[in-house]
Amino acid sequence: MSSLNQLTVTEATEKLAKRECSSEDIVRAVLAAIEKNDKQVGAYLTVDAESALAQAKEADVARARGETKPLLGIPVGMKDLLNVKGQPCTCASKILKGYVAPYDATVVAKLRVAGAVILGRLNMDEFAMGGSTENSAYQPTKNPWDLSRVPGGSSGGSAAAVAADEALATLGSDTGGSIRQPAGFCGCVGLKPTYGRVSRYGLTAFASSLDQIGPLTKTVKDSALLLSAISGRDAMDSTSLDAPVPDYAAQLGGDLKGLRLGLPKEYFIEGLDAEVEQKVRAAVAKCRELGAEIVDISLPHSKFAVAVYYIIATAEASANLARFDGVRYGLRVDGEDPIDQYGKTRAAGFGQEVKRRIILGTYVLSSGYHDAYYLRGQKVRTLIRRDFEAAFQHCDAILTPVAPSAAYKLGEQINDPLKMYLGDIFTIPVNLAGNCAINVPCGFTQEKLPVGLHIIGPALREDVILKVGHAYEQVTDWHKQKAAVSGQLSAIS
Amino acid sequence: MNYIANVGLEVHVQLKTRTKIFCGCPTTFGAPPNTHVCPVCLGYPGAMPAMNAEAIRLTVLSGLMLGCQINPASKMDRKNYYYPDMPKNYQISQYDQPLCLGGGIEITLADGSKKKIGLTRIHIEEDVGKNMHFTASSGIDFNRAGTPLMEIVTEPDIASADEAMAFLEALKEILAYGGVSDVNLEEGNLRCDVNSSVRPAGQEKLGTKTELKNMNTFKGVHRALSYEIARQISELEKGGRIRQETRRWDDLAGVTLAMRSKEEAHDYRYFPEPDLLPIVLTQAQVTEWAKALPELPEKRRARMMSDYGIPEYDAGVLSADKALADYFEATATLVKNPKAASNWIMTTVMAKLTELHLTIGEVKITPAQLAKLINLVEAKTINLPTAKEIFELMFAQGGDAGEIVKAKGLAQVSDAGAIEKIVDEAIAANPKVVADYKGGKEASFKFLVGQVMKLSKGKANPALANELLKKKLG
Repeated sequence: MSSLNQLTVTEATEKLAKRECSSEDIVRAVLAAIEKNDKQVGAYLTVDAESALAQAKEADVARARGETKPLLGIPVGMKDLLNVKGQPCTCASKILKGYVAPYDATVVAKLRVAGAVILGRLNMDEFAMGGSTENSAYQPTKNPWDLSRVPGGSSGGSAAAVAADEALATLGSDTGGSIRQPAGFCGCVGLKPTYGRVSRYGLTAFASSLDQIGPLTKTVKDSALLLSAISGRDAMDSTSLDAPVPDYAAQLGGDLKGLRLGLPKEYFIEGLDAEVEQKVRAAVAKCRELGAEIVDISLPHSKFAVAVYYIIATAEASANLARFDGVRYGLRVDGEDPIDQYGKTRAAGFGQEVKRRIILGTYVLSSGYHDAYYLRGQKVRTLIRRDFEAAFQHCDAILTPVAPSAAYKLGEQINDPLKMYLGDIFTIPVNLAGNCAINVPCGFTQEKLPVGLHIIGPALREDVILKVGHAYEQVTDWHKQKAAVSGQLSAIS
Repeated sequence: MNYIANVGLEVHVQLKTRTKIFCGCPTTFGAPPNTHVCPVCLGYPGAMPAMNAEAIRLTVLSGLMLGCQINPASKMDRKNYYYPDMPKNYQISQYDQPLCLGGGIEITLADGSKKKIGLTRIHIEEDVGKNMHFTASSGIDFNRAGTPLMEIVTEPDIASADEAMAFLEALKEILAYGGVSDVNLEEGNLRCDVNSSVRPAGQEKLGTKTELKNMNTFKGVHRALSYEIARQISELEKGGRIRQETRRWDDLAGVTLAMRSKEEAHDYRYFPEPDLLPIVLTQAQVTEWAKALPELPEKRRARMMSDYGIPEYDAGVLSADKALADYFEATATLVKNPKAASNWIMTTVMAKLTELHLTIGEVKITPAQLAKLINLVEAKTINLPTAKEIFELMFAQGGDAGEIVKAKGLAQVSDAGAIEKIVDEAIAANPKVVADYKGGKEASFKFLVGQVMKLSKGKANPALANELLKKKLG
């Protein structure tokens, strides 16, 4: 029998319901795994064990009273940009050192309502800017499958924690692929909901028109469970959608008969790692075996997506990050006058990549360049969205690789931002269009590195991508394989 | 040489909403520093704005009152600049799609003629906090941050300090009438930036303009603008040129001083606010809101003159304040003689308001109660001095005039027999005075009337008392 930290959310819920274990047992197992392995993995920035255990005990008392909630007693880890009342929220940046969140993000409040135990702060690229978690101001996170490699990013801590069984499930955020790509690198399930499906209130903004919060889990069903818990209209986020929230997990099951899955010709390109392409094509073949009809589609403007992204995302970020000035919270480096104080505080508080993007964003919005960059970027964004609308006339979901390669070595790309940016080439168009997408593990390279299948759906059709991912998962066992680090732990406990 | 001044105003008006524009914090003035704040108006990480629909409604009402076109598709934008009193270091405002476009206000010039001052636009935005400087440190009060403002921008149609003053007075009156703002200048509800330029008569092109920032009294605007126009003319007369710059009014010294030049001006890097949805206003929605529009002061004055037959002066005084005009109309419709209602309100009621620093809304006497009192006088049930006495009682504690009259036995005595008895008493008690009168001393008659009133405890009908006394004294 596997130890409790290795359970999926679904398994843990069943055990808890049957009184085979308590929430406290599960949280203790997770804390032990963190204690044992996180020195190597570096997924967590901080863990408030006391608070987690107190919440677990409360959940156990509630269960003893006969309460049943969808996630009662299930510990969920938080990416360090989600505000949890009384907890630090540094966004892996020095500029927010010492800041303690005075309120709960809406997703956190919703998880509490669902009975979940809020556990720990997960590492990330500073302010979610990066694809390897190497941009954290505090520590790198290692890929549990190969500690010399990156876990992807920016939600690298969220993905590594799940892969190393240091969490049952976590939340991340995805602005250009920041949930799906690390899920792909770490061999877990990562879902980016439709823009507006999940409230962003309490998510420290990187690029407001692209950011979405989503779950990272061990299985597709777990992803569905968490998605139902965190979705829905929120008066605090005007961009959240007023659409009913289905019980996504209850809708899972069945084969793929009658579904048409599109393969965009522009996404199987030169530069795509051969092994990755082979695994993804094998997954496509599996879907065909499951009854899906595979159709060729075209997303012609996707080639502009990375360029457009680095205009729109940086423009929004340059304003979103302006509030970090040392006046009200976080780091303050005194200066001769306010402007001097801003300069010194921000120079000391932000890392190189964050500064690069603030400068880029300030530039594209500047008088004289605004029309050529920002305005034109918005026009191309519309074209990219129309590409998807047109494609979804011919298919129900789209299959692509989640990233051009499997996880690379730490330090390998950190000095080549352009190469790093191109790592998000398959995920960025989805954020620009506002669609939903999920990463599902679809095999391993010869070096035993996970490869991810990226399933893209139309707006608010999370049910479709979850169905495809779940059907595929039922006939494969990639998701059941354990990362090196986690294996060591299970041998001990 | 003659010069023509062109002045445009940017007037920031605080909208009368219960809560701030993007969060639930109250907008009440005067709370201890940083007590009306939350993660949203403090710009905390992850906090997001949610639009206060009332701010939009009030701005649209203002636009309708000022003859603007209401923009069916509007949006919010981020205006980026760094300042300690600005929590997010960007202000959520409106850039290229404001809520209202065009419109104007007609002002009356000194010679009695009318002039229209055109409006360019009205947009909504959030207010910033307030920097406070102490001896050894500075602090920021964010209570005001996020207060809803509308910015009303005029065309450069204003030609003098007097016209600017007339415009501001008229604007204030309209906004107060519409109930869209308290327009309380002491609390900073109305602040304006003044753009002015001068050009030689005959020259079409406007001169180079300067901007006076953050003026918060009308008198200040008048003084500053008078100075600034004169300064620019004198500069040109000397052969100099006007620098495009922002200037500051030094109220003590009575001069404007250069603050920063155009070259140092900000690039605000506007872009659409991604956290808020575009504002879409349907015609049906605007029509529905328009039902709440009050009759504007100009129109109301004319109508009150014709409806109640009161003089222009009375109509002017009574219509200057919407609540007062409402009070008058409610009273006037219940009395036989509306002019009497006008007299009562303009003299007795308003004197009380001034004396006790009250607003009409705080007066206990309802229009119906006042009307009854006036009608008792008109019907000669009570005389005027008694009525004033009753008014004092009612003012202090409210109540019905008829009942006070009954309870206190204040009804006027107009029964000739009863008065005759009192007249006889008065004559009998004052033989010397009667003799004086008969001897030709006219003043003695007044004394005797006074005695009759005294003996009747003020209730005798004075006219009747006069008549009977005259008859008896033959």
